[in-house]
Amino acid sequence: MSLPTPPRHREIFSVVGLDLERAGQVSTEVQRILRRLGVEPEVVRRAGIVCFEGEMNIVLYTPGGRIILLVYDDRVELIFSDQGPGIPDVELARQPGYSTAPEWARELGFGSGMGIPNMEANSDRLEIRSRVGEGTVIRATLFRRKGEAAGNSGKAGA
Amino acid sequence: MRLREIAEKLGLEFLVATDPEAEVRGGYVSDLLSDVLAHAQAGDLWITHQRHLNVVAVGKLRAVSGVVFARGLRPGPETLRRAEEEGVNLLVSPSDAFETAGRLHRLLFP
Repeated sequence: MSLPTPPRHREIFSVVGLDLERAGQVSTEVQRILRRLGVEPEVVRRAGIVCFEGEMNIVLYTPGGRIILLVYDDRVELIFSDQGPGIPDVELARQPGYSTAPEWARELGFGSGMGIPNMEANSDRLEIRSRVGEGTVIRATLFRRKGEAAGNSGKAGA
Repeated sequence: MRLREIAEKLGLEFLVATDPEAEVRGGYVSDLLSDVLAHAQAGDLWITHQRHLNVVAVGKLRAVSGVVFARGLRPGPETLRRAEEEGVNLLVSPSDAFETAGRLHRLLFP
């Protein structure tokens, strides 16, 4: 009956493909924004990792794409979309160690096949929709556990 | 133990010292960025051979106490500049990764 709650904050970043110079900056910026909005440190930490891996996938494999950050009272969402080659077998891509990274990327320490597994490990829900030749959309959802963060002040302060 | 003290004892040279008083809680050795993101702990001193810009982003994301380039490897000016901006300590070790890690381990966990 009720309309979905609009996000408290929305930000759109464009990501340039193959631009390793600038790569990694969106994740740093996302963390900065989330911190400023008072998002729980644990969520900020996980969102940074999810964003870095998603950003790197766009940079390494596609001509470009964008990242949308949505901050709600109860969750943070990161949506990665690109017009890249697509993922032929999503289940395979979810497996640790599976990688299609080119040699030059591996030499720089990318392509260890931990990108999507890392995104899964650090988000509460990871939806991947991909079509070969058209592109990929990944939506990561991170729930904010405010009660936990408040009850964990000793750990948070460490 | 403070990073400054560790640097003195291991003969590490600071390339970027945004917080030399950072507390070093442990260490991690890896050249795979996703592996560092998955397994390094906050406060670890990260020993690596990678020297490009993204090392700064990963170090920052994982909140390591510093990044140590093994075997005297030095990053370019862009990486140094980014580390200054992001507040990530960068150091260089004259020794290889094995020896650097071994000596760090002995120092932290005698």
